[in-house]
Amino acid sequence: MAQQPRAITEARESTAPLTQPSAQLDKLAALYRQMHLIRRVEEECARAYAEGKIGGFLHLYIGQEAVGVGALAALKPNDYVITTYRDHGMALAKGMSPRVLMAELWGKKTGCSQGLGGSMHLFDAKNNMLGGYGIVGGHIPLAAGVAFASKYRADGRVTLCFFGEGAVNIAGFHEGISLAALWKLPIVFICENNEYSMGTPLSRTMSVEDVSMKALGYGIDRDRFFVEDVLEVERRIGEAVQRAREQSLPTLVEVRTYRFRGHSMSDPAKYRTKDELEQHKKKDPLFRARTKLLNDGYTEVRLKQLEAEVEAEVADAVKFAEASPEPDASILESTTYTGPFAS
Amino acid sequence: MRTIRFREALREAMIEEMERDDRVFLMGEEVGHYQGAYKVSEGMLEKFGEKRVIDAPIAEGGFAGIGVGAAMVGLRPIIEFMTWNFSAVAFDQILNNAAKVRQMSGGQFSCPIVFRGPNASARQVGSQHSHAMEHFYATIPGLKVVAPSFPADAKGLLKAAIRDDNPVLVMESETLYVVKGEVPDNQDAIELGKAKIVREGTHVTIVSYSRMTHIALEAATALEKEGISAEIVDLRSLRPLDEDAIVQSVRKTHRCVVVHEGWPYGGVGAEVSDRVQRLAFDHLDAPILRVTTLDVPMPYNAKLEQLCIPQPERVIGAVKRVMARSAALEIA
Repeated sequence: MAQQPRAITEARESTAPLTQPSAQLDKLAALYRQMHLIRRVEEECARAYAEGKIGGFLHLYIGQEAVGVGALAALKPNDYVITTYRDHGMALAKGMSPRVLMAELWGKKTGCSQGLGGSMHLFDAKNNMLGGYGIVGGHIPLAAGVAFASKYRADGRVTLCFFGEGAVNIAGFHEGISLAALWKLPIVFICENNEYSMGTPLSRTMSVEDVSMKALGYGIDRDRFFVEDVLEVERRIGEAVQRAREQSLPTLVEVRTYRFRGHSMSDPAKYRTKDELEQHKKKDPLFRARTKLLNDGYTEVRLKQLEAEVEAEVADAVKFAEASPEPDASILESTTYTGPFAS
Repeated sequence: MRTIRFREALREAMIEEMERDDRVFLMGEEVGHYQGAYKVSEGMLEKFGEKRVIDAPIAEGGFAGIGVGAAMVGLRPIIEFMTWNFSAVAFDQILNNAAKVRQMSGGQFSCPIVFRGPNASARQVGSQHSHAMEHFYATIPGLKVVAPSFPADAKGLLKAAIRDDNPVLVMESETLYVVKGEVPDNQDAIELGKAKIVREGTHVTIVSYSRMTHIALEAATALEKEGISAEIVDLRSLRPLDEDAIVQSVRKTHRCVVVHEGWPYGGVGAEVSDRVQRLAFDHLDAPILRVTTLDVPMPYNAKLEQLCIPQPERVIGAVKRVMARSAALEIA
């Protein structure tokens, strides 16, 4: 039955001595590298969008990197991830190469979806990234279906389903969680609460402030916390992943985060104050991870080297995307139907 | 050869495919313990157990989505809608997920799923329960839509739908479930996209599907007494559409009447008309006419309902108009 969530807590710097300091440090460094890569990819995307290289909608993950990176660190490679249109960070954290991602955003044939999906639809079958979806809440029942398949086959895999707090009012959220609860599916529903459903604050879209309370009606476990420390995200999501894997039970986790950019590139984010944004930027989990690494003995030289590698990787990805060919019309029919076209 | 009911043919198709492939399961409202709202799945729970015959709560959007997700990772779900009317609340799952996943993923994922259930009018069930939903779905690339008229086709098409690697929507009919027909002992899957000439004729081609094929047959019998020979093309599959079969028939008869339930604005009849005028323009002796449900929400009143649904008399009237029109052309 539903547990009371722990009080929403400020992430804390761990003061306990590390049992395996170097392993722990390397792990944090690896997670920092992923977060930094996402941040840099997103910054390049913003630049490319302004230059007209990327079309359509572009929803950046800047500020929220620790959610995806921390949560996915709790998974095994064959576990599934499904998310919304704010999917770049998730795709990278699940193992998609920046080259393939950038090429997709550039609309190129070498992109993950051959240039047919774009920013909002990043799929990577090899890495069990089951996509970014553009209809708010529509992917939540679908995610439950993936978990249903895992239970049906008893394959031991866990599904992570991400969505924003803007999805909490739509039917897909309720039906997906209701069925996952009813059928005890191995899934973790992760609400990335970045406080704004596009331009509307949570206080004007929900009757309660605590999204995790929605778990009570479905009788499933819940958790709720602020994201500041990526390792804390891994630990907290890890508990829910374990519950899914070992007991085949779903959990609803509300993760309080903040996006530093607008909802999409066309959003100047006038609904919040500069001061509010600056306050959040001071608590940037990416910056905190860097500071923690330095405090724990990871040298500035090594960090700089890691960041230089990321810089080269991003530059290479942009170059690759630029140089890649566009898809031609020959792929349109074969990507619409498996087998012969049906008209 | 055996004579069985339409619903039994559907059931046999599901049972045989579930025996053949353990990735196939049936999910929907009342499909298990209740034995099916229309008894299509009667006995299947006892045969396959709760793992594979799954009673879903009333949450079409939810369990349609469950099906799509399960299909993406390799299962082969059969999702039953108690009626296709209720698929309206699952439309997002069908339009945006089932029909899009392959394209959005650049071909990395497929969605081998069947959605099925009774479609179009029943008897006096009012405007919300009488929709001919095939017109909405047949327009969507990424989907296949079939609408059998006879038990043998119901069995063969459903088997093919279950084996297909794409989303296939099977449009049944509450009023056809009791209809009996001959089904070969070893009825295998019937290739999707193949129409069938269910009555040969020389003067006019009537294109129809599902229950309307039976209406067309009644009309043809009456017309024969007046010396008019109607050929009936039973589409069976709406997408893919067997335009060759339609065109071949129209080239022979030079006249075409399309009969279907659902409204006249757009839809399958409009699609058939477009193809015929494009592909057989020089063979036509009269404009193509459509006989459809009248352009209003379905009334409850029994007489008004029957007035709205295509009847043999309206089909006969349309046939006579195309005959008269072509006769007039000959005189001129």
